[in-house]
Amino acid sequence: MRGLLALVLGLFATALLANQAVHEYKLDNGLKLIVKEDHRAPIMVSQVWYKVGSSYEHDGITGISHVLEHMMFKGTKAHPNGEFSETIAENGGRENAFTSQDYTAYFQTMEKSRLPVSFELEADRMRNLTIPDDEVLKEVKVVMEERRMRTEDNPQSLTYEQFKATAYTSSPYRIPIIGWMDDLENLQVDDLRAWYQKWYAPNNATLVVVGDVDPDEVYAQAKKHFGPLKTSEIVPVKPRVEITQRGRKDIRVEAPAKLPYLIMGYKAPVALTAEQDWEPYALDVLAGILDGGDSARLASELVRGKAIAASAGASYDGYDRLETLFLLSGTPATGHTIADLEKALLEQVKRVRETPATGKELDRVKAQLRAEKVYEQDSIFYQAMQMGILETIGLSWKDADTFLERIEAVTADQVQAVARKYLLPERLTVAELVPQPIDPKHPPRTGGAGHVR
Amino acid sequence: MVKCYGRLMLAVLALFQVAAAHALPEIQSWKTDKGAKVLFVEAHELPMVDVRIVFDAGGARDGKQPGIASLTNALLDQGAAGLNADQIAQGFEQLGSNLGGGSERDMAWVSVRSLTDSKLLKPSLELFGKVLSRPDFPQADFEREQKRSLIGLEYQKQKPKSIASKAFYEGLYGDHPYAHDPSGTEASIKALTTDALRKFYQRYYVTHNATVVIVGDVSRKQAQAIAADLADALAEGDRAPALPEVAALQAGQDTFIEHPTSQSHVLMGGPGIKRGDADYFTLYVGNHILGGSGLVSRISQEIREKRGLSYSAYSYFVPMKRKGPYTLGFQTRNDQREEARTVLRETLQTFIDKGPTEKELQSSKNNIVGGFPLRVSSNAKIAEYLAVIGFYDLPLDYLSQFTAKVEAVSVEQIRDAYRRRVHPDRMVTITVGGPSKSDPES
Repeated sequence: MRGLLALVLGLFATALLANQAVHEYKLDNGLKLIVKEDHRAPIMVSQVWYKVGSSYEHDGITGISHVLEHMMFKGTKAHPNGEFSETIAENGGRENAFTSQDYTAYFQTMEKSRLPVSFELEADRMRNLTIPDDEVLKEVKVVMEERRMRTEDNPQSLTYEQFKATAYTSSPYRIPIIGWMDDLENLQVDDLRAWYQKWYAPNNATLVVVGDVDPDEVYAQAKKHFGPLKTSEIVPVKPRVEITQRGRKDIRVEAPAKLPYLIMGYKAPVALTAEQDWEPYALDVLAGILDGGDSARLASELVRGKAIAASAGASYDGYDRLETLFLLSGTPATGHTIADLEKALLEQVKRVRETPATGKELDRVKAQLRAEKVYEQDSIFYQAMQMGILETIGLSWKDADTFLERIEAVTADQVQAVARKYLLPERLTVAELVPQPIDPKHPPRTGGAGHVR
Repeated sequence: MVKCYGRLMLAVLALFQVAAAHALPEIQSWKTDKGAKVLFVEAHELPMVDVRIVFDAGGARDGKQPGIASLTNALLDQGAAGLNADQIAQGFEQLGSNLGGGSERDMAWVSVRSLTDSKLLKPSLELFGKVLSRPDFPQADFEREQKRSLIGLEYQKQKPKSIASKAFYEGLYGDHPYAHDPSGTEASIKALTTDALRKFYQRYYVTHNATVVIVGDVSRKQAQAIAADLADALAEGDRAPALPEVAALQAGQDTFIEHPTSQSHVLMGGPGIKRGDADYFTLYVGNHILGGSGLVSRISQEIREKRGLSYSAYSYFVPMKRKGPYTLGFQTRNDQREEARTVLRETLQTFIDKGPTEKELQSSKNNIVGGFPLRVSSNAKIAEYLAVIGFYDLPLDYLSQFTAKVEAVSVEQIRDAYRRRVHPDRMVTITVGGPSKSDPES
């Protein structure tokens, strides 16, 4: 790729960037296929995206989407337990899966000629999973260990989980992706089978392929392997819109830890829910002004400058499916308290509400996002993931192409407008991690937050 | 006719080269006038370039000042050539360039990723040059970063994996420079000064101790100019001296560290292999079968798939200048840790006694060889390889020889190498976790 061909490609590099070859297909059974050509290396990534995740769940079965993701590797009649991963490995592939609030996705990255291997296995497990009782029992144990590792024993994650469960009242975003421990313990095999039947079907999935492939050939392979699969009647998940918050919410999370930690979140719209379609992009730029690198305000003023924070961050994702949170977080510097840090962050909020960002700041954020758009093309995985997310939450892969235009169009007035409209005390939730002694002679009062049995 | 034939030949040749080039990046290498080694891969598909300067200036060079390598690296962009930290950060970020840096036990590096539009690339590289060769180590920024390092140490104390890892390295390496954590200790960080950092910088951030890596949309001529401008602006200096060899462990060690978590983290192992080690490929492939290939590896099969004891159970070699660690590990609920430890030990012992099966070996080879193109599929990954090849003086054909060396490994070689190199009776085992009824220590 980097010899003769590179020279030829070099001439067209700019043209390629402007006009990326993306092809969209739809199978008769409703499966959507998106193929993006990237001929830089003789590899491809294939990802299957299902419209299901923790925000589709309800109390009592939390974490079920994620457990099902684990069970997807436990075999079908045609390919019994273990065969999936063994076959992908035999073919030099790397594979895994991930579950979020809004989606569950499975992927294989392989040398380009192995695409049919991936399609055959993915198509098979889309409809034919066996979900054996004994494997469920073992795998739920594995997921509980995963929960212990990621959440129970990690004070910052534990704080974040309880923060979200407090910030949201009626929205399913209150549900942790990995599920509450008690729900994992009470998960039934039949629950999993029903969940699989409900959501795993070609008409609830998007297949994304990026790499050194011929789109029509990929389409032919998709028809061959996924084409025969039956559709399901997919009953759309209910909206469960978050109720209007009536004032600031505060919680303290006590857990064995060394460092305090603060998270603050303001309810904010996403691309799918915003009243004005520029609002999410203005919120994106706002996050960039506060935390888009070492020259952004939080790093230059709170970490350096006044040195109130050892670390501080801001983040926002306009491509969530439901109303989301504009987040601020941090750890105070030595000699400063959580209260100092909170005050400093609220001052930052006040400033973005009262004063427009400077032209220089806007230019910096836009220059970074422009460059990032090029850098992200160094990874076929990331390119596929971006399109998969957009399609799965209910937007279009085409939105990835217009993202930059929308960012470029954001003005300082718009950034101030979204700050004034959304960064309001009555939309705010604040969580504080209050460290408890780690000393083994004094076991913590709230270790594991009551989830450990 | 002759012309036609010639064209055909050329066409065939061109196709062949394309195919060959497709699989592997073509590495160009030279030395700058003042003697820095350069590794370069031309890649014109995307209008961007990665430049990374690697120094033999990691934590292994800390000496009696643990943490100095890490803090020196962190201070480079906090003030340089009279510019303050804000000006430096703004300088890169308004161009859309990403400045990076870091330091481990062996390597320390500074890197920049930029678009190749000359209006962006030229000022990015100029600023990068200042950070690299004219750092100021301002007192106020030093004091702040020193405090942040101390907070970083506190943070590690609430993470069982970090606690285990520190104790593991100390157990493995005794008084070797690899023993201490590159983040230092509270006392050693507090004892550092800007003068000490400046001295460290002057000793190790020098041309003869540098490797330059460039990957991206620039010509050879441009790359030569970039490398020379950056590396030759440094003091010439000397290469860092060779590190001492790692002594073999004389006895086993089994340490329990109590920590109020619901899970125990277990790390087990001993000194493993160095870069360029004669047994490298044999042990790499062997470990791939034992615990290095994710869910299909033996350790994961025994601990996770068959028994549901852990989310992640694994083993891996970290090849370094001197013998890096061979680490086997998992995490499990406190009351299951003895069971999981036993399974891990038995799985390792069985592997040493019997070796892999022919079928397992073939499967692993298929995975490694079939998946080889994935290793060099992006500029970022290629830059990573070039840094390793350059820093560790591996042959330039390392990547083109890779699959052949993997293919050549036999069951008998793996069994033999594991018997010679892996000693379960003389391993360090660190367990960090809460009390458990079955646990004699509590």
